[in-house]
Amino acid sequence: MTSRITADDVVHVARLARLSLTDDEVTTFTDQLAAVLDHAADVEALSIDDVPPMIHPWPLRNVMRPDEVGATLDRDEVLAHAPATEEGQFRVPAILGDEP
Amino acid sequence: MTDWVGRSAADIAAAVRSGEVTARSVVDEHLAVIDAGDGPINAFNLVTADAARQSADAVDATIAAGGDPGPLAGVPVALKDNLCTRGIPTTCSSRILEGWRPPYDATVVQLLASAGAVSVGKTNLDEFAMGSSTENSAFGPTRNPRDPSRVPGGSSGGSAAAVAAGFTPVALGSDTGGSIRQPAALCGVVGLKPTYGLVSRYGLVAFASSLDQIGPFSATVADAALMLGVIAGHDPADSTSIPEPVPSYTESLSAGVAGLRVGVVRELTGEGIAPDVAARVNAAVAALSAAGAEVTEVSVPAVTYGLSAYYLIAPAEASSNLARYDGVRFGLRVDAPTTDAMMTATRTAGFGAEVKRRIMLGTYALSTGYYDAYYGKAQRVRTLIARDFAAAYDTVDVLVSPTSPTTAFAFGAKADPLSMYLNDVCTIPSNLAGHPAISVPFGTGDDAMPVGVQLMAPALAETTLLSAAAVLEAASGVAS
Repeated sequence: MTSRITADDVVHVARLARLSLTDDEVTTFTDQLAAVLDHAADVEALSIDDVPPMIHPWPLRNVMRPDEVGATLDRDEVLAHAPATEEGQFRVPAILGDEP
Repeated sequence: MTDWVGRSAADIAAAVRSGEVTARSVVDEHLAVIDAGDGPINAFNLVTADAARQSADAVDATIAAGGDPGPLAGVPVALKDNLCTRGIPTTCSSRILEGWRPPYDATVVQLLASAGAVSVGKTNLDEFAMGSSTENSAFGPTRNPRDPSRVPGGSSGGSAAAVAAGFTPVALGSDTGGSIRQPAALCGVVGLKPTYGLVSRYGLVAFASSLDQIGPFSATVADAALMLGVIAGHDPADSTSIPEPVPSYTESLSAGVAGLRVGVVRELTGEGIAPDVAARVNAAVAALSAAGAEVTEVSVPAVTYGLSAYYLIAPAEASSNLARYDGVRFGLRVDAPTTDAMMTATRTAGFGAEVKRRIMLGTYALSTGYYDAYYGKAQRVRTLIARDFAAAYDTVDVLVSPTSPTTAFAFGAKADPLSMYLNDVCTIPSNLAGHPAISVPFGTGDDAMPVGVQLMAPALAETTLLSAAAVLEAASGVAS
């Protein structure tokens, strides 16, 4: 059994998911997520290590297609609805360092 | 002039094909009803009246030239706003996608258009299809046409309400844990979740990819069969789509249930089900029996773990799928000095509370130290559920349960997330197994609100499911 989720855990997963939470939100989400995880204790308590996991309704196989050039999305149409573009590419703020 | 509002899709298509009425006239009637009635209901995020009239004119031109527009000729349809429509805003009822216009159509959107259907707009949903009441929309809730003080269910509440209000005879939704069947039940219409992989998900904005499936809403079972026949089939653009030929769903509709083995699921008909809902399910079972079905009670023990497994698996998949909303390629961007800060600011401003809750829950369930205890365990439970269903289907052809434990509830009645999640207890097992299931209206509860009865069947048994549903539909008007 694991312990119920803590406020520190919520802050950590929010950071991993690129979400910023207020202190009030941390408190609320911690309580709500703990309630859901408490409900999942029925699943957690099962001894079913011998049961194989089911990741998908059907057995998944690689799906191959002929390596032929086909139609793709129009670049200008795709870029037209991006927040910022430059020279036919997506533009983002600085990636390295804390300052632009 | 509403001669064609309230008529079935099958009737409309037949009349348009025969020249009895023009597609333009049909769509104009429906647009007028939407314009007059959707203000208080809020089924639609967007009504595409001009495009609808153009599509209808094209259908009429095809007929004038001696051609056949297809089996849905001139039928107005509403599309859940998580289905991509080229050049037409597709929001998922989220601020993070507000204003985005997809550069392509979902496969189902293309198939409907190719069959002569006329899309009239995009319907409201719980943000990214996460919810059971359509209260989580960034654009305000949809109200239940049967009683506007109550929710329509969700997440496809807009599509269910559109059909229930007569705005369109048919609509499309998506169902990850009950998001077609539950709102269909609460609004008193038919809602079908097909077998996983029967309908292409290409162009459906992903929530939980191993569970999501597109399906129809309709006023009649026959229209559900008609719609399924148009949208089903293999699609090379969806690698999970089943490469099998599609049978005729309309031809077998009148097969009846004589000799059909029907199992009432013990675990989904007792504790937690409201007495008035249980009474309607009992009446439905009696109707199937009276029509010649062999009814027994069967046990599917593992379904009792379905809710817990689902609320680990679906958020886990969602946390991965929704990583793409980062302010780079589409939708909202909140500016910040660095890309990392921009992504955090964008996602924090763009997502609503329920979406954040599920992203965090999924991230937690997948994180180091908890993966085996939560996500891994939930996947093993999924195997148990599939095994228990398989054992049940050794002895019966169709399973029966309520669609939802209660009739439609009031706005704000389930503010606690876990109490909202409990609405999905009867619908989730079919998603986990990948099986088809349908909700059929069968009378009303003590509050005069609709009750839906759920029929479930093994993978690709839609013909059996629909013919059993047709029997229930025929009996629903006489049994009480």
